[in-house]
Amino acid sequence: MKRVQFGHSPVPYLFVAPQIIIIAIFFLWPAAQAVHQSFLLEDAFGMSSQFVWFRNFEDVLSSPSWLKSAGFTVVFSVLVAVLSIAISLFLAVRADEIIRGAKVYKTLLMWGYAVAPPVAGLLGIMMFNPLMGDLYILLNRIGLDFNHIQNGNDATFVVVLIAVWKQVSVNFIFFLSGLQGIPKSVTEAATLDCKSAERRFWTITFPLLAPTTFFLMVINLTYAFFETFGIIDVSTKGAPGGATATLVYKVYVDGFLGADMGGSSAQSVLLMIMVSILTVFQFRFIERKVHY
Amino acid sequence: MYQSKWRSLTNHIILILGSLFMILPVWIAFASSTHTREFLFQHGLQFLPGGHFFENYGNILFDESATKGRVTALQMLFNSMVLGLGFAIGKVIISMMAAYAIVYFRFRLAVPLFWVVFSTLLLPLEVRIVPSYEVVAQLGLLNSYTGLILPLIASATGTFFFRQFFRSVPDELLEAARLDGAGPWRFFIDILVPLSVTMIAAIFIIMFVVGWNQYLWPLLMTTDDKLYTIVIGIKQVYNSLYEGGQIPQFPKAFALTIMASIPPVLVVVIFQRMFIRGLVETEK
Repeated sequence: MKRVQFGHSPVPYLFVAPQIIIIAIFFLWPAAQAVHQSFLLEDAFGMSSQFVWFRNFEDVLSSPSWLKSAGFTVVFSVLVAVLSIAISLFLAVRADEIIRGAKVYKTLLMWGYAVAPPVAGLLGIMMFNPLMGDLYILLNRIGLDFNHIQNGNDATFVVVLIAVWKQVSVNFIFFLSGLQGIPKSVTEAATLDCKSAERRFWTITFPLLAPTTFFLMVINLTYAFFETFGIIDVSTKGAPGGATATLVYKVYVDGFLGADMGGSSAQSVLLMIMVSILTVFQFRFIERKVHY
Repeated sequence: MYQSKWRSLTNHIILILGSLFMILPVWIAFASSTHTREFLFQHGLQFLPGGHFFENYGNILFDESATKGRVTALQMLFNSMVLGLGFAIGKVIISMMAAYAIVYFRFRLAVPLFWVVFSTLLLPLEVRIVPSYEVVAQLGLLNSYTGLILPLIASATGTFFFRQFFRSVPDELLEAARLDGAGPWRFFIDILVPLSVTMIAAIFIIMFVVGWNQYLWPLLMTTDDKLYTIVIGIKQVYNSLYEGGQIPQFPKAFALTIMASIPPVLVVVIFQRMFIRGLVETEK
């Protein structure tokens, strides 16, 4: 908080009013409804409903399809986060070292941030189209017997690849600015002391980038949880047999296509709890970082 | 800095490979979008552009029957522009005002209101999607620009960016302004807003891209084709690819993806420095 502030007046209320009104109508109201619905069991037509305490939660947590989806979400998120962080860190370190043409490479590697996830999904799934997709044909020609339409692992490979492709540029930007924040004197001293670029990276550069990496880990997990919805909806639609449905995708499928409001709301509330844990973690980290 | 020839060469090779990894899918999509569907069907995806650029793009831009919905790509681009700009402008104004109140004023409800705002970070729209749809339907806002934009604004990310920024503004400014007799309104409009111009621009750019790229929410609440954004149009065209027993319209789908990406990519590339500044400063 500021040391100096304005005194009492109605002015601050006027300034927060627009935000609070929008949040009340479009956030608090639906959020409360989600919690309320998660305790209700509705009949098939939504005509009557019954308060059933935690039954929806019990049903969700014991349903094989939800557990399968939870398992996929964990595997998917970790793969996407680790792979896209590793690739972009590698590229950022190289881009930071280069003197000639650095600007061109930076532009070529960062524009992907602006591509919408469903656009990435469509580009990806076209590359894997069995009729004419270059990657589909290539993978089969080298004898891998690749079939993402029937094989769950192959489908997972496709969505992970698309999600990583989409995320590399964001991580690249953060790593590059992190690297450029390292004082020149530190890099120069390290270069004098140690000729091996690889050792220099692991003993000096990487520890200095650790906060950025940690921050990106959280960002990437959140991305894999929520923003990949468009990728999955356009590319695999969770097929085959729910093998590539993330938890968010399942909320949508059960609630909108399956009209199971109670179950879908219970899933929402469970997701909300998971995300709050992640966010609180992140927020504390951000607050700590601001002080130095 | 000392650098061996070898290291510098591998750096370039790695960066070229990385750039190709990013660009190749988009290039193939562009090249393939300029061929006829029969040609693509027979010969697969293309690496070189063909001679049907104007025909394919003109068709989808201006002819309603070329997209599955009864709407031209031009109308979809317009809708995306409304969503992107409306979202970005609304978000910047509303969150800047709220952050001003939170940082510069001492008032009774400050703490509870701060927590209400903070709570929105915990629950993205994707999670409360079903009840949000019901609320917007009850308010009669389905298929309207208002219903499209307002629920998306109901998240406080922008407020936290501005809060962070205002806290770094020196206290002396406010002291000086108060000595000069400036009230809360004068201070906000004459001092704080001009001081935040680069920050505003950076957040505006990020939010425009976020708004333009929205998918799940527009997908649910726009059932009227006239309100489709171009990102939604992609799904509709892709879904109708195999309908009617004809040769699939792959060039059309590719043309739409290219058109959907050009505006946000241009914004990011042209305003690179502001964009990176905003992204790095706001998120950390």
